[in-house]
Amino acid sequence: MSAAANQLLLVVFPYVAMLIFFLGTIYRYRNAPFTYSSLSSQFLENQQHFWSLVPFHYGIVTVLAGHVVAFLLPRHILAWNSVPLRLYVLEISALIFGLLTLTGLIGSVIRRLTVPKIKIVTTSLDWHVFLLLLFQVVSGLYVAVFHPWGSSWFSAALSPYLWSLVKFSPDINFVAMLPIMVKLHIISAYTLIAMAPFTRLVHILVMPNPYLWRKPQVVRWYRRFVPGVS
Amino acid sequence: MNVRSQISMVFHLDKCIGCHTCSIACKNIWTDRKGTEYMWWNNVETKPGTGFPTRWEDQDKYHGGWQAKDGKLELKSTSKAKTVFNIYHNPSMPTMDDYYEPWTYDYQHLFNAPEGPDQPTARPISMVTGELINIESGPNWDDDLGGSPIYAANDPNLKGLSAEQQAQLQAVERLVFFYFPRICNHCLNPGCVAACPSGALYKRGEDGIVLVDQTRCRGWRACVAACPYKKVFYNWSTGKSEKCILCFPRIETGQAPACFHSCVGRIRYLGVLLYDASRIEEMAGKPDEELVEAHRSLILDPNDPEVIAAARANGIHDSVIETAQKSPVYQFVKEWKIALPPHIEFRTMPMLFYVPPMSPVMSNRTDGKIEHVSEDLFHDIDEARVPMQFLANLFGAGHESKVRYALRKQKAVRWYRRALTVGDVTMETAERMLREADCTKEEAEAIYKLTSLCTFDDRFVIPPAHREEALQMLDGVFEHKQAAGFGFISGPQRGM
Repeated sequence: MSAAANQLLLVVFPYVAMLIFFLGTIYRYRNAPFTYSSLSSQFLENQQHFWSLVPFHYGIVTVLAGHVVAFLLPRHILAWNSVPLRLYVLEISALIFGLLTLTGLIGSVIRRLTVPKIKIVTTSLDWHVFLLLLFQVVSGLYVAVFHPWGSSWFSAALSPYLWSLVKFSPDINFVAMLPIMVKLHIISAYTLIAMAPFTRLVHILVMPNPYLWRKPQVVRWYRRFVPGVS
Repeated sequence: MNVRSQISMVFHLDKCIGCHTCSIACKNIWTDRKGTEYMWWNNVETKPGTGFPTRWEDQDKYHGGWQAKDGKLELKSTSKAKTVFNIYHNPSMPTMDDYYEPWTYDYQHLFNAPEGPDQPTARPISMVTGELINIESGPNWDDDLGGSPIYAANDPNLKGLSAEQQAQLQAVERLVFFYFPRICNHCLNPGCVAACPSGALYKRGEDGIVLVDQTRCRGWRACVAACPYKKVFYNWSTGKSEKCILCFPRIETGQAPACFHSCVGRIRYLGVLLYDASRIEEMAGKPDEELVEAHRSLILDPNDPEVIAAARANGIHDSVIETAQKSPVYQFVKEWKIALPPHIEFRTMPMLFYVPPMSPVMSNRTDGKIEHVSEDLFHDIDEARVPMQFLANLFGAGHESKVRYALRKQKAVRWYRRALTVGDVTMETAERMLREADCTKEEAEAIYKLTSLCTFDDRFVIPPAHREEALQMLDGVFEHKQAAGFGFISGPQRGM
């Protein structure tokens, strides 16, 4: 990639993507709250739903969490990887979860193509999300297999790059040298972020965490003043 | 004491003729939209039968409701920890196959078919896929036993019945069934509310109506699994759950809900009950055999000065307390004790009560001769063609005593009225029956009046909504028709 392309795709694009992401999700949440839904299709088909959605979500959540940990705690990851055996364990686990994601995603695509009721609730936008996700997962797996020890070089090269973006002093020296597949993986991630506000991906933002600490029963009062009720 | 007010209901099963007018009234107002075609917020089931969705009472299959472990309540389908792991795939979620695939017919073909030797037909078309389908089941496939003994034989309430009793239910020319109309019970301890990860489901403080906040619902589907009555439905088109709203826009304007209003048999009663919210959890955790009594004990006497004072302190308007004092539901449930909660063993504390049916009570003596007056005046109740155990499974958590009490009292009232108007029973016998059934003459008259001669205003005692106190004013009843809810105006369209 040329220097200009590097600048455009690895510096300008991430900022644009994040801007679209924040403005888009907030705008949608305020103006069309009704559209925030997981849009689950389990009600229409149960069996394949289990075999595709469960591996996909467990896989992608774990892999994403790995990326976040490497971003937040690069030193800890490097320290962990200093013993080869521990590095192998980490890499192989990551690969397994990556394969789990791919299996689930392919199952999901097959389900959406072959079950008539599920086809009905799949929009063309959904297909764009699927295509992009497929590319993201396949490129990720390619990188994991052909450019191994990613947990170490992510911590050493990508973490500083991402932090430089967060600190508004972009420094792409670390990433400019990386293989093309890695770069494509990064760029397609930004594309997914930019797309998220306009797709069903927004359901990630409304994960129901408060459930873990709220009281089981919910009562709402419509009166302006309710004496004796806090 | 934490006094709250609840709009509660009584369905008098003896009067239900199974006409489904209630279901149609509801469908026409609320569930004629895309994604809701399969929903029946109100439906009428034949008992014995499998119901809608199929065998919904079988919680080994659906995992609805609560279970008490050492008096502590747990949802069967979910918990805080389980929600984290099951959010991607809910293992207790029923699918459309458990309900039915809604369909319409290709009516155009009747007009457009080319000329030929045969009459054109209108073939069924799926309302989900738009393709031609073979209809395999419907929402009411077992109506009037569905012309086959298999539906009745699969009723989960047959549990605990002897082979002889089961055979008796299906004896040729002695078949028996009654109707069981169902809506959301607007429970005191709703499983759906407790299961919702998003906190979208809630109980209205003022009148206890249970609703789904459509803006907060994210389609995690936990409510569908957790409701043991299967009265929360998943809209597959919008990705949101929906349920019976007890026609609150009608109630707020002083009208009875559509299913109540349209009821041909006048079986439905609606009124306010005051209850003690501080003891719900404790009462819902009681052992099975104490549940009916525990549930009843939550309901407070609206004429008790102490209750009135506590209600006022809780902000309940005097006009609502006044409505509670005139409540037909209070009379049926608390004074006369002839209305019972359905499947109280699910422990959601339903606030819809049923008067168990008397009509099929006929002796099963072989000669066809039925002796009406014997020394044991109530013998035919225990020899009824609907076995007592069956009714007990429905309305007494498997225990017969409360059901027997309700049926005995109803029979006594009938015979007392018979002594008065027909005269083939002596007043002496009738009085003895009343005594044995724990009923006074005044009570018998009151039951007779509210059951047989009830006017619209007797049946529906609707509390004023006090819109002047509401946070949000609603000008017209139809203002938000076909909209997705209050506070924002956007149609119920599927998300991007």
